[in-house]
Amino acid sequence: MIRKLFDIIANNAVPAVFILISAFAIPLSGFSASYLVQELLTRIGRNSFLILSLLIPIMAGMGLNFGMVLGAMAGQIGLLFICDWGVVGIPGMVLACLIGTPIAIVLGIFCGHILNRAKGREMVTSYILGFFINGVYQMVVLYLMGWVIPITNPNLLLSRGYGVRNAVSLSGIRTVLDNLIPTVITNSEGAKQFLNINGAGSFFLIQLPFFDGTIRIPLATFIIIALFCVFIVWFRKTKLGQDMRAIGQSQSVADSAGIPVNRTRIIAIVISTVLACYGQIIYLQNMGTLNTYNSHDQAGMFSIAALLIGGASVSKASITNVFVGVILFHLMFIVAPMAGKNLIGEAQIGEYFRVFVSYGIIAIALVLHAWKRNREREAARRSLRGNGGNA
Amino acid sequence: MSANNNAPLLQLDHIGKEYYGNRVLSDISFSIEPGEILGLVGENGAGKSTLLNILFGMPVITSTGGYEGSLYLDGKHVHFTSPTQALAAGIGMVHQEFSLIPGFTATENILLNREVLNGSLMSFVFSDRVSTLDRDAMRQRAATAINTLGVHISPDMTVNEMPVGYKQFIEIAREIDRKNTRLLFLDEPTAVLTETEAEILLIALKKLAKSGIAIVFISHRLAEVKELCDRILVLRDGRLITDQRSEELSTRQIASLMVGRESLRKEEIVPEIPEQALEEVNVDETLGTTTLAKKKKKKKPALKVEHLWVDMPGETVRDVSFEVQKGEIFGIGGLAGHGKLGIPNGIMGLYPAGGKVRLFGKKLTLNKPRAALGRKMAFVSEDRRGVGLLLDEPLDWNITFTAMQTQGRFLIGIPYIFQMRNEMAMAKETKKFIEALSIKCTGPGQKAGELSGGNQQKVCLAKAFVLRPDILLICEPTRGIDIGAKTLVLDTLKEYNKEHGTTIIITSSELEELRSVCNRVAIVGEGKIAGVLPASSPAEDFGMLMLNAHSRATNEEDEYENAEQDGEKIA
Repeated sequence: MIRKLFDIIANNAVPAVFILISAFAIPLSGFSASYLVQELLTRIGRNSFLILSLLIPIMAGMGLNFGMVLGAMAGQIGLLFICDWGVVGIPGMVLACLIGTPIAIVLGIFCGHILNRAKGREMVTSYILGFFINGVYQMVVLYLMGWVIPITNPNLLLSRGYGVRNAVSLSGIRTVLDNLIPTVITNSEGAKQFLNINGAGSFFLIQLPFFDGTIRIPLATFIIIALFCVFIVWFRKTKLGQDMRAIGQSQSVADSAGIPVNRTRIIAIVISTVLACYGQIIYLQNMGTLNTYNSHDQAGMFSIAALLIGGASVSKASITNVFVGVILFHLMFIVAPMAGKNLIGEAQIGEYFRVFVSYGIIAIALVLHAWKRNREREAARRSLRGNGGNA
Repeated sequence: MSANNNAPLLQLDHIGKEYYGNRVLSDISFSIEPGEILGLVGENGAGKSTLLNILFGMPVITSTGGYEGSLYLDGKHVHFTSPTQALAAGIGMVHQEFSLIPGFTATENILLNREVLNGSLMSFVFSDRVSTLDRDAMRQRAATAINTLGVHISPDMTVNEMPVGYKQFIEIAREIDRKNTRLLFLDEPTAVLTETEAEILLIALKKLAKSGIAIVFISHRLAEVKELCDRILVLRDGRLITDQRSEELSTRQIASLMVGRESLRKEEIVPEIPEQALEEVNVDETLGTTTLAKKKKKKKPALKVEHLWVDMPGETVRDVSFEVQKGEIFGIGGLAGHGKLGIPNGIMGLYPAGGKVRLFGKKLTLNKPRAALGRKMAFVSEDRRGVGLLLDEPLDWNITFTAMQTQGRFLIGIPYIFQMRNEMAMAKETKKFIEALSIKCTGPGQKAGELSGGNQQKVCLAKAFVLRPDILLICEPTRGIDIGAKTLVLDTLKEYNKEHGTTIIITSSELEELRSVCNRVAIVGEGKIAGVLPASSPAEDFGMLMLNAHSRATNEEDEYENAEQDGEKIA
């Protein structure tokens, strides 16, 4: 019984710690419920897609795909082009996806081939591969764009005439997806105010009489995320998904059953990379600015940290983990700076926490994974020994 | 089903195989008819696995230059270069190790990569792999396959929750589900089963054979082989020794055919030597060689092991108890993977171990190699290049290294404050051993990695001798070295034992070698001691012990228990 309880806690240690921290930090921060909900909804819309793109490689036993930054870079290249061509709104986003997809596929295949040569060390390999491709990306964006690759919009380029500026405004597509189906939740009083400002007709207004404050919901983004979840559920039921699960559990058995292991692993990485590309585009349309040389860097790290905080492990992750993770991780991001300020008068502690926590969580998750695997291995050996072990 | 009804299902014609000039199979010819059960028996290394690999088209065969002779399936010449081709031709294989996916259910495992799919539009656009699985149909097919075997396993049970026996049934169900399977190879399917499970399996196999599937059954449990199979083939040293109907052979005959070298012929001429007489002779001989042991009979044994367990991967020791007298050469034999290597490795603390080990009556701390070395025990590992030697260091380092670390010898200076290597003493000692063991090398400065296998082994021995051990544990002393070096190594051990009265425990896969050097030999089976016999017992007694380790239900067991007791009395 106690052992069982211990197992439950041990298996969910990470989310538990975060719930505990949040429980203390929320009252300390003094934020109103509607503010917190608004912030959370925005961040769920912004980040979920990126995190969901991590699920498929985990299913195929390839661990956390640090190589998702490759997809993020592909998406950013797509965004740079539409900015240059001045394609705005939803067509702009779609075009960015179309440009990003082939780049992401090529990068994914490349990444998959390399990971097939580094079986069992996928995570560190894809992490370092991210750095390598980052170098290639920088060369393309910093030197080739505006010189070999035609970029006509001078606002995009550095003053020397080639290379893209550090910060690119994405005003053309800023929150176009989030506001495609504008939805607002408020009470009757708030509704009146809202209509006075925005005019009637163009909003879905959901009135909840007991609700305090006004919240905008990025409904279209949520629909896309929901579709993605449906896709993953469906994918798990397909032959390909079954093959990936088999490979994830035992490559040698899958191989001897005639499943094309290497090819399937490449497919998993390609799917992940392409989806990360779309995820980054959705993320950036919400942010509204593109940090040409930094945006993708953090995409991988924060997504992975959020997933792990949601209770996922290196070998097992579910859709629930994604949403629990994104809520807990960002809840802490929102409240920690304020709580820190109110507690010790230092807002920096929140920022410090943010970085410390995301790296720390990844480290802890990896250590926990190794520890658990060792424990399982030991248990397996003990069972092999049979009764002799009791002597 | 077959194209030519007169031709046998599978025919082997003069099959042979060489690995890098090392002949492992020669001139194997036999055939198998539909619905026939063939028993294939032989010691480890007799060539069974190689034969299976050839029949199943394993890549290891093609990549090492293919095989000689030809295979005929339904009278047509076939040559498989990959398992997929063999599978397509209707040959199924159940491996010794489970090839099941632990987190999958029975259904998912049975239909692995042969899942029933729902048709969908997507599959036209892309490939079948994007179709969803038809779980209901899959469950039904799995249930049918399981029922054919006559066992009751839920198709929804996940494999890691199953008892070992179930897993074996799932493996076989997987092969049965393949519609075209006509020939099934089973490599030691009962090794992990309990007796009842094994019985159910045998019944299931007979049922399968009646439906027309031919079965090749490999097992070390001779009683089973005799009960199940129509014909029995005995392989020894890569040759087909016999191909007889199973009624014509007794388990004892099979055992002697498998292991017996000269003893086989002896038995043919004199079919029955009275057991009593044999044992008397043994006793005399043994006393002759272990006078030392006899004199000190009243004293505490040099090494007393009680209920030892060792977690050595692939060589798990479950519950082992034995005693070794001072000055004795004690052998530990048995089939690979049954734990014989785990015993010395566990005693020396190289793998997690438990139980009681007493050295001259005093308790030995387990799990600490340093403690074992401190008690004047020395160890020569079976993993010569991994554990035994510092390959990139010179011979004098290798030979004196352990003595330097554990006994503080070959050092000059003040202990704990400042010490350095005494190169002169090291070189002197090394030269002594190079001469004594005639190690072929350029001198004490040569790197250990540059020597041949036999000379490396001598260096390992020298390293152990330098410790001046009271007890010497040696694993596989002659593995991977040529015959000349083998004799030298064994002679060295004998001599060292005689000169210094050192107790030596040798673990080896080669029974003949143990019998030639040791006073007594213990046979290990399934992580336990199956029996201890004086080295001079006839080879087939050892063979039976080795094989009996698998099936304790044979009638002949009493006989061996007697032998075992006698063996211990002598000690």
